[in-house]
Amino acid sequence: MNIHEYQGKELFRAYEIPVPAGYVAFSIDEAVSAAKELDSDIVVVKAQIHAGGRGKAGGVKIAKTMEEVRSYAKELLGKTLVTHQTGEEGQVIQRLLVEEGVDIQKEYYVGFVLNRDTGRVSLMASKEGGVDIEEVAENSPEKILYEEIDPLVGLTAFQGRRIAFGLGLPKKAVKQGVDLFQKLYKLYQDTDASIIEINPLIITTEDQLMALDAKLNFDDNALYRQERIRGYRDESEEDPKEREAAKYDLSYIALEGNIGCMVNGAGLAMATMDIIKHYGGTPANFLDVGGSATTENVSNAFKILLSDEKVQGVFVNIFGGIMKCDVIATGIVEALNTVEMTVPLVVRLEGTNVDQGREILKDSTARVISAFSMDDGAKKIVEATKNFNKRTG
Amino acid sequence: MSIYVNQQTKLVVQGITGSTAKFHTKLMKEYGTDIVAGVSPGKGGETVEGIPVFNTMAEAVKETGANASVIYVPAAVAADAILEAAESKIDLVICITEHIPIGDMIKVKRYLEDKDTVLIGPNCPGVITPDQCKIGIMPGYIHTKGHIGVVSRSGTLTYEAVHQLSQLGMGQSTAVGIGGDPVNGTSFIDVLKEFNEDPETHGVIMIGEIGGTQEEEAARWIKENMQKPVAGFISGVTAPPGKRMGHAGAIISGGKGTAVEKINVMKASGIAVADTPSTMGETLVRLMESLKKQ
Repeated sequence: MNIHEYQGKELFRAYEIPVPAGYVAFSIDEAVSAAKELDSDIVVVKAQIHAGGRGKAGGVKIAKTMEEVRSYAKELLGKTLVTHQTGEEGQVIQRLLVEEGVDIQKEYYVGFVLNRDTGRVSLMASKEGGVDIEEVAENSPEKILYEEIDPLVGLTAFQGRRIAFGLGLPKKAVKQGVDLFQKLYKLYQDTDASIIEINPLIITTEDQLMALDAKLNFDDNALYRQERIRGYRDESEEDPKEREAAKYDLSYIALEGNIGCMVNGAGLAMATMDIIKHYGGTPANFLDVGGSATTENVSNAFKILLSDEKVQGVFVNIFGGIMKCDVIATGIVEALNTVEMTVPLVVRLEGTNVDQGREILKDSTARVISAFSMDDGAKKIVEATKNFNKRTG
Repeated sequence: MSIYVNQQTKLVVQGITGSTAKFHTKLMKEYGTDIVAGVSPGKGGETVEGIPVFNTMAEAVKETGANASVIYVPAAVAADAILEAAESKIDLVICITEHIPIGDMIKVKRYLEDKDTVLIGPNCPGVITPDQCKIGIMPGYIHTKGHIGVVSRSGTLTYEAVHQLSQLGMGQSTAVGIGGDPVNGTSFIDVLKEFNEDPETHGVIMIGEIGGTQEEEAARWIKENMQKPVAGFISGVTAPPGKRMGHAGAIISGGKGTAVEKINVMKASGIAVADTPSTMGETLVRLMESLKKQ
């Protein structure tokens, strides 16, 4: 789960990690009164959306007067911001962070993330802060410093010093740096974060380290024990269908195509999209019903699929293991009893309780095209969707 | 021969009184797996399917001589179940549970570093040696005894590969699902080493997916060490890059982990990569036949 920068900075404050003074604003008036509150010559107005690359896309403005704050707030609120991380459709700005300006001596990059190769959290840092850090990593990898963190002892002071000296922090700031890295790691641990990134971490002209940005992401699997983080959820940043699906423990991602897919298991779901493409079709979504879905969940999954107006055919591809085919079949029949189905439906069932599942589908009045393999099913749905398209034109 | 599990495997089911565990305990038992014990704290003294239930792993192992465990407990307590199993000095732990917090698995992996216990999973379908021992949630009927090893990050694609092999008349030595989580126990290379040394295994299908670099490392290992033909498949070629936040993930992976990157490394390592998920079996058969002719 993602949170906004201002929420991340709220967490930083709680962990005594220095950040500039600032307030969130939901309206133009709030932005202006926040700026007045700050009592700063320079005020930064920052768009709050769940994506990076805001600066380059024009989502960060520097204001010198209250009039400028007002006009920037007016310009940004309600605007759709497209950055290289939002996708083409962009994201609507609904919140602003209004912050005091600070005098920057130098900018750095700091990030904590899981290193899948070692199964440990890595602390990464670079002197090249404030810029496109991915480019730095690609072109001059030696400019990125790494420390692997042993989960049993945590980030040690000597590792923190190695990074602080490696970054060339001013002598006065080395201890501050070590302290800041250790606090960040504690925050990472305490909140079940999956990414904490500060770009830039700056040193002020008074040799004070400060986080000018905060990108935090959290492990969805651990949200059950993170009440505070759950409270930060901003549903308006999420796709409505994805949100609806999440209610029923379904993993759903909307795509551009016209063939709706319902599959069990992420690997098979991706492979199903791959094979549809292979036969010339385009998937309308990724939908993994998981292993523990009930008939109600399956039925809702089906309704979510059909609520997508682009969908001109549905392919159900199930290889039951922990998921039972009869549960899937019952869910489909229940859904078909409540929603009108005009598009072709191809169902491939295999695995646990497959005979019961096939029996249930056969007994229902639903017009189901059955497939005997994944390959057969993919061919049939691509063909059926094309024909449907011709008929409805 | 086979790898990890066979007729000598004596299994304990952790969380045996839960509904999913009960259902699969029945199916495993019907398949012929020797289930000697169950563990469910507070339910010690009860029985499930005629199997004695204990309060702790230590008791279960001591009383029954179990040498493998399978975990079906909820995600919030699964990491503890793995640690308890390792502490009981059991040889093999197979964790089926999905959605375990990553932070928990980071600690578990570190804890297991100096233990002899082998962890398979979590978030995996389990391990099966056809006609001998089935541990996990895979549908038993699709498997046939034979000489092909299967290793996969995806549960359902493991079934797909096994099903294809059986329909082609190619049985399996052992099929291993290593699980799709970012931090897991046994890796592709661990399983490939076992298959390489198993005289009953004559060829291997390896199924990966986007994310991480396990497949690339495995491919390089295969090039250097593998004595047996390997066919592969990677799912997610058409997966959209998606929205993301921050750069840390991309930096740590160094831009690697895409399906195309994986497929290229695999092909360069002599692995026959299937074009579609429905031709995994065929691809291995063709590779083995072409090697025979040489």
